[in-house]
Amino acid sequence: MKEAVTLGEHIVEIVSDSGEGAQRCGQSLGAIAAKSGNGVWTVEIIPAEIQPPARSIAGASGNRVRLGARRVTNGGDQADLVVAFNEQVLLGRVQAEELRPGATILLEGRWRNDRDPLVASAYAETYDELVGLGYRVLEIPMERECLKLVPDPRRGKNMFVLGMLCGIYSLDLELAREQVAITFGKKDAKVIATNVKLLEAGFAWAEENLDFKYRIPAVRATEPQVVMNGNTALALGILASGMEICAMYPITPATSASHYLSEVFERVGGIVHQAEDEIAACAFAIGASYAGKVAVTITSGPGYSLKQEGIGLAAMAEIPLVVVDVQRGGPSTGLPTKAEQGDLLAVLFGTHGDAPKVVYAVSGIEDCFYAMITARKIAETFNMVVVVLSDASLATAQQPFPRPVFSEDWLAAPVDQTPVPPGARPYDWDASTGLVRRFIPGQPGGMHTVTGLAHDRESHVAYDPQSNEDGLRHRSLKLAALQKTLRCPPVFGAAEGDLLVVGWGSSKGAIEEAVEGLRAEGHRVSALHLGFIQPMPSGIGDILRRFGKVMTVESSWADRPAEDPIVDADNRRYSALAMLLRSRYLVDVDCWTEARGRPITPGSVRSAILGALAREAVPA
Amino acid sequence: MTMEVTRCLLQASDERHELGDYEQGVPRWCNGCGDNGILTTMQRLCRDNDLAPERTVFVSGIGCSSRLPHYMHTYGFHGTHGRALPIAEGVKMARPDLTVFVSTGDGDCLSIGAAHWIHALRYNMDLTVLLHDNRIYGLTKKQASPTSPLGTKSNTTPQGSYLEALNPLTVTLGVANVSFVAQAVDWIPELLYDILTAAYRHRGLSFVRIVQRCPEFMPGFFDPWMQDPRRTLILRHASGLTLSPAIAKTYTNQLEHDPSDIHRAREIASDEEPIPVGILYRDDDVPCYEDVRHAGAVRTAEQVRRGLAAELDRFTIWPDGAER
Repeated sequence: MKEAVTLGEHIVEIVSDSGEGAQRCGQSLGAIAAKSGNGVWTVEIIPAEIQPPARSIAGASGNRVRLGARRVTNGGDQADLVVAFNEQVLLGRVQAEELRPGATILLEGRWRNDRDPLVASAYAETYDELVGLGYRVLEIPMERECLKLVPDPRRGKNMFVLGMLCGIYSLDLELAREQVAITFGKKDAKVIATNVKLLEAGFAWAEENLDFKYRIPAVRATEPQVVMNGNTALALGILASGMEICAMYPITPATSASHYLSEVFERVGGIVHQAEDEIAACAFAIGASYAGKVAVTITSGPGYSLKQEGIGLAAMAEIPLVVVDVQRGGPSTGLPTKAEQGDLLAVLFGTHGDAPKVVYAVSGIEDCFYAMITARKIAETFNMVVVVLSDASLATAQQPFPRPVFSEDWLAAPVDQTPVPPGARPYDWDASTGLVRRFIPGQPGGMHTVTGLAHDRESHVAYDPQSNEDGLRHRSLKLAALQKTLRCPPVFGAAEGDLLVVGWGSSKGAIEEAVEGLRAEGHRVSALHLGFIQPMPSGIGDILRRFGKVMTVESSWADRPAEDPIVDADNRRYSALAMLLRSRYLVDVDCWTEARGRPITPGSVRSAILGALAREAVPA
Repeated sequence: MTMEVTRCLLQASDERHELGDYEQGVPRWCNGCGDNGILTTMQRLCRDNDLAPERTVFVSGIGCSSRLPHYMHTYGFHGTHGRALPIAEGVKMARPDLTVFVSTGDGDCLSIGAAHWIHALRYNMDLTVLLHDNRIYGLTKKQASPTSPLGTKSNTTPQGSYLEALNPLTVTLGVANVSFVAQAVDWIPELLYDILTAAYRHRGLSFVRIVQRCPEFMPGFFDPWMQDPRRTLILRHASGLTLSPAIAKTYTNQLEHDPSDIHRAREIASDEEPIPVGILYRDDDVPCYEDVRHAGAVRTAEQVRRGLAAELDRFTIWPDGAER
């Protein structure tokens, strides 16, 4: 028996052609490791097409699984170990620089003797190239081994690989068997039995044939944990929030939230309506909210653009609404399956005129769940649009978090059908907070017509200057009122120092990991991560001013003065959050961004921080 | 939903209503505008059917037609251009207990909101849809609409409009799940009332095209039809419109038409001269989307608790010995 090497963490990728099950393998590995008590973060590797050509560089489909002895908050930098079902999909990952130099590659070896000489030579060429590049490439007869158990190894190879990986990482085979049963839970017992056999074969093969073995120390949780991806958490959050109607139109990468919600919502009396288009989905949700409980619409950037008109209507008429934007790369159709944080300004300012709305960005999987409950409550209390921003990386990333314990407080109160007091008006704005009690159809005495036109307190169309400013003032005041209730997010690291890195959304884990590492090396850097971006909680300005420099880290495009000489202080386009912080707090906030369609990594944040620390401070 | 008790109480009290109970403000439409007649017809309809004002919602889009909710003393939702139908669908899905009417114009419904029109027919929710069709854009001051006759001179077509008019009836009758299609003209108020009443009573989406005058931008356009009753073809049937002696005497150009005959309905709809008035098509058996989707089902906290727990179970890692 070989000795297992103890590791603090490891990043493993499983890649295959689309449809060969590498994703299922990766997700199962993540679940088994999580159950063992390891920290886990999984990242889906998704080709843009449903059926990309087999053995193509762009067709890589699979999963990255980052395993740790501690809690893992992001997908990390480069992979340490890769299992590839063919050399072409592997090449895609190598070219994208997703592998660490010298990484171990477990490669399906059957292609060397493929009947097609072109395939065989491509394989041999790539193999030599990879070995030349210094990778440790091990050719594995995956298919040959699987053929001993199943007639079609294309189906089942993934479970053989799962077994191999369980062996490599010293994971408990019994836990793995249970996971296979869960993974194939919808299939019959024979399918499960076959896949368990494949799993065991892979496990045994790794034990006998590989000269390495790892162990990542695990601490089994004492409280129940759930493992799911961000879109599943969003959907369950909707279910738990008391919202009853979700109107949507299919769009990547938001749709999987609606798929899952469609599967489960009806069981608790909810309805997912697939509308004829994004505009209709938004209007439908507004109509439902107007007449009943707060409704939600789920979309991604291009769909959000179409909903802007409806969002303006909801803001104007003060109809509560929750909008989820799972961001992808933009503009226009952009990068449908890839991550970016490019929608922030569109969400804050997108519709015409002054239409205040609440914007909250989720920063982790657990946050996806609870954000929906908070969003529903704020929408209802303030009669406002609440936009929840997620993105493609959180949508499919999985991470364990404590199992939520349901509380009836999460649910919406019954629809108010009591008579409206005599004399009450539909827009009796509270002078100090702008809040108003909404009259809902069915309430005797509350009859009025809501309108997107300027209106007075009776909801009558009113174009006079006084009424117009009255409405604008009170709709705006609601944001100030909400702002007074928000707590400032904590600073990660010391309360003062040379550099403060400010982020929002899915980059939280990567930023904090980079900051933690640099602090351990003695750098005076801290991080601040924003959830509420509109309104921004009190105290942020004070935090910014306690640091020598402030820099945002965002996954979007911003001008790069160092690279493009035509960009200077007069024309530089800052990233969204930097622009917001500069304008609100009059602090010289710098920004570092990348828009490479992948989650921001701790390594790139680290380089950005070191660069910022090294740069001369620009005199104010 | 939790309004069941309130509903029972309301039904128990079953008040009678007067016309004034449905009136709100002074309409700002032009003199002679067909919208005025549609408004008073709707107020009569509400009174005669004793609709509780608080349980009635008028939804509209944008345009002259869409001001109608402001003049009804009921709940109203004056939305955005073209979006009256999806808003109304949302209202109905959340609250199938409410009576929902939709006022929309030829630009609102047939142009900017055309996608919603087609799909609303498919959903077949229990809505009464009034298409106020004056064949011109009014609120934006005279531009050609999809139903403007070929050659209509307008501010965007000073040399005359370039395209054949769209026929809303034939399009509507071509959509799967269509369940009620009728046409009325604003200058025969008695039939307008009868047709809208039949539409209101139909369970499903009732689509009523109301050909209406716009004295400001289409002055005198419908005069030839108003002056010559033979240019109106009245559709009558035991299960459609039955005519009063006065109407029967004035409008002698009549056709016996069974509203269950969709093929004949499509033929009639295709002939725009004389203008067919009456119920072209009705099928009471088309399922309503809100029923198919179980809208308004009772939902309890316990249901959510159990539903959530069952789902979380699928994703849970239990520590050894933990209680499940």
